[in-house]
Amino acid sequence: MTKIDKDIALVSGPPKDINTTQKIATLIGMSGLLILVLAAFNVNFPNKGVWLTIALSAIAGGIILYSKGAYGSKQEGIKNDGVWFKSISSRGFWGWIAGIAMTGFYIVLYFFPALLGLHPDGENTGVIALFDPLSKALSGNAASQWFVYGTLYTVAILAFGIKFMWKYRHNKYERLRTFSVMFFQTGFAFIIPELMARLNSDSFSLPYYDLKNVWPLNYYNFEQYRVDQMISAGNVGLGLLIFGVLSILVITPILTYKYGKRWYCSWVCGCGGLAETAGDPFRQLSDKSTWAWKMERWMVHSVVVFVVIMTTAVVSTYLGYDDQKYWLTKGTFLLGVVALLTILIGLLFIFRRDELKKDAKIGAIGYFAIILAMIGIHYSTGNNIFMFEAETLRSTYGFLIGSVFSGVIGTGFYPILGNRAWCRFGCPMAAIMGMQQRFFSKFRITTNGGQCISCGNCSTYCEMGIDVKAYAQKGQNIVRSSCVGCGVCSAVCPRGVLKLENGEDAGDSRYDSDPITFGNDGIKVNF
Amino acid sequence: MKHIAIIGNGISGVTAARHIRKLSDHKITLISAETEHFFSRTALMYVYMGHMKQEHVKPYEDHFWAKNRIDLKMGFVSKIDVSNKKLIFESGEEMPFDDLIIACGSKPNKFGWKGQDLEGVQGLYSWQDLELMEKNTQSIDRAVIVGGGLIGVEMAEMLLSRSIKVTFLVRESRFWGGVLPKEEGELVSRHIKSHHVDLRFETELQEIIPDENGRVKAIKTKAGEEISCQFVGLTAGVSPNVDFLKGGAVDLNRGVLVNEFLETNIPNIYSIGDCAEFHQHPTGRRNLEQVWYTGKMMGETVAQTICGTKTAYRPGVWFNSAKFFDIEYQTYGWVWAEPKKNEATLYWEHADGKKCLKLVYDKNNHSFLAANVFGIRLRHKVLDYWIANQTKISQVIGQLEDANFDPEFYENSFPAIKQQFQSQIPQTV
Repeated sequence: MTKIDKDIALVSGPPKDINTTQKIATLIGMSGLLILVLAAFNVNFPNKGVWLTIALSAIAGGIILYSKGAYGSKQEGIKNDGVWFKSISSRGFWGWIAGIAMTGFYIVLYFFPALLGLHPDGENTGVIALFDPLSKALSGNAASQWFVYGTLYTVAILAFGIKFMWKYRHNKYERLRTFSVMFFQTGFAFIIPELMARLNSDSFSLPYYDLKNVWPLNYYNFEQYRVDQMISAGNVGLGLLIFGVLSILVITPILTYKYGKRWYCSWVCGCGGLAETAGDPFRQLSDKSTWAWKMERWMVHSVVVFVVIMTTAVVSTYLGYDDQKYWLTKGTFLLGVVALLTILIGLLFIFRRDELKKDAKIGAIGYFAIILAMIGIHYSTGNNIFMFEAETLRSTYGFLIGSVFSGVIGTGFYPILGNRAWCRFGCPMAAIMGMQQRFFSKFRITTNGGQCISCGNCSTYCEMGIDVKAYAQKGQNIVRSSCVGCGVCSAVCPRGVLKLENGEDAGDSRYDSDPITFGNDGIKVNF
Repeated sequence: MKHIAIIGNGISGVTAARHIRKLSDHKITLISAETEHFFSRTALMYVYMGHMKQEHVKPYEDHFWAKNRIDLKMGFVSKIDVSNKKLIFESGEEMPFDDLIIACGSKPNKFGWKGQDLEGVQGLYSWQDLELMEKNTQSIDRAVIVGGGLIGVEMAEMLLSRSIKVTFLVRESRFWGGVLPKEEGELVSRHIKSHHVDLRFETELQEIIPDENGRVKAIKTKAGEEISCQFVGLTAGVSPNVDFLKGGAVDLNRGVLVNEFLETNIPNIYSIGDCAEFHQHPTGRRNLEQVWYTGKMMGETVAQTICGTKTAYRPGVWFNSAKFFDIEYQTYGWVWAEPKKNEATLYWEHADGKKCLKLVYDKNNHSFLAANVFGIRLRHKVLDYWIANQTKISQVIGQLEDANFDPEFYENSFPAIKQQFQSQIPQTV
């Protein structure tokens, strides 16, 4: 009789527990977090630089050790065992606890920074004071709540980025993409702006500028104080201003045409960066229903309209104050906006009307009419901008979209709504690139003939809630505005059915691949 | 408007229903004793391993059926009353039909082993099997799987995800030896072993031994070895699930006998999918085709006939796919375990031993016949075209990269493959 080897597993069961390495790693990571929490409750640490280093190293080290425990001893391949058994990743008890804790953190961060120790008129205390040494080393200034947040954000992307690369070590697309978001977060979002702040003096001052943060994600980029600062900062400032305009009007359209919006959303963007790394364990929680898709279309495009109106109002207001100061007059600017929107809507209806669903037509024409009407009201009355005060629009947008949606809900609710709720339902940048991706881009996800077995892995692990298999099982290419090109559907597919591709053309070959190879010679199936 | 009843809501029956709805306004009823809604049978393993939940393996949202006016009926058909054209359910209910499609699938093979019906012994095919497996594998530490095919290797992966040690009995001298050629079979065997599966070749089951409660406690091999275990997975293939038709008017062999139009011997009664058996396969393949893809094609075909365009089942170039733990497998055309007399083969294997490509071509006219590929994804459309058009092997090798379907930035093995193959084909080709 064969002897039973009991040394590996004494008790079997669904894979939902963590192993010893992971338990130790959790302890280390939590101890780092504890230091920050203690600091937040005003435990006054001596040698703040040392304690901050210990805290951040423990958090990062804990995450990396946890990854080793999770993936180190396993062969390379898909690692989704137990995802729906673990309470953290299946909206169970720990999922809710994590969601509540993160939401609470965001509320304090955005609306009650004094609780973190921010004192604009005096010395920092609490957890913000703990970050003072690092902030002084980089920018020369004391820390703010945004510096604390930026540092933790960067540490999260780096440490969870390593975890993600470990998990997908067999997949070079995933490794490169993750390295890219780690690089852009650390360099462009964190270090460069801080160093730029060093250049500021009494006679020279640049606004805080994360160069990869493009309007309208960076909705405040063209506000008066920033534009004034850039204009008065000589060629460098002017260069930044021009770069800001070119980013959305030239660079984004070209790259989106060639590669789809993934060049930004899953390779560069900071929101995407956090979602793809720290948020990866929650990707399966996105809602795949057609109802959610409909909600998404109306919500995200409403945000686009909101940000366009708000920015137009804000810019036209300050252009109007002082005709001498700015090269552009208010009238010219408003006409320019109208012309640009007319051209875009016109192109859409001329070249892609067959692809527009009924609600897209209603939405596009309806919203276009609203924008024209608002600008028209301004022209006919001449003074009060749009029915609403520009400042009211600006502060409402900042509160509702900039803080509540992107931060509190978008990130705080990762364990409940999935990791891309902001990107999917709220991000105007994603929506604008999405429209282009849907209608004028070479990017598509190709389906491999008849090989799909409708297993559902692709849809389940799509963080944007796209029902990928609905296309794959019909042999259709996936050309969807919301796809951020993370590549995970292709990775988890057990039959090699999905491939992210930049094809030869931006039109027909994406929408209907020629007679679908389904293997059935008896009849031609074309749906 | 006629009433079309479909027994079975698997891929074959559902595909037929969808296509009939596309083509007509007929009343359609899908009958199942298994689950209310269609689910992907091939995804059962992922539910057990926690990759997905039941809601994720349903290919259509629940509102799809009402929206497309496809009625769903839960129940077990016990008899077909052919002369009155009605179904009689186990519950005693009756349902009249105008056309009937029998798409009731398969059940795991049991070859009369002693102890095959003990508690803790089962196959894996249905949703109920999955639930039973969940129950049967609570707090156990050792399992034996009998039968080296696709379901067996899936079951091994499932059990290992729950830290249950697996002994895997395979009758042949390599994994899936009846289907895979030697090199490919060895590649897969190595990979299965690397996951710490105790893989035993040329080992057959003699009997399953119960404990005092009638639950499996061990198995005995034909060589007399006893292996203790608390679970036995029977995965030695499947056979048509047609017991309820025995003694009825519909002709049976192993499955429901059909002609090339998927018609049975009774007018207005058709059969498709796993349970259908051709008198003579329309393209000369095996008379029973029990894979997802052919079930789908038969569903598409029978829908045409029922809706007025009589259409013969004419599957094109054979293809199939699977995944063995971490290694994906695709096949196009028919690669025989032993090459036929007219066939020559080319084989490339990556140094890591986890990727390979086999091309089969005709020695005489040098046309490309078939391919097996492991660890690399190939483009179905391109392979289908090459095989269907009898493209010359030299041309296939020259254009091999057109078939690459691996994700971007993956290691490109094609230059190495081309170089090796080009040196191996006859210069005159």
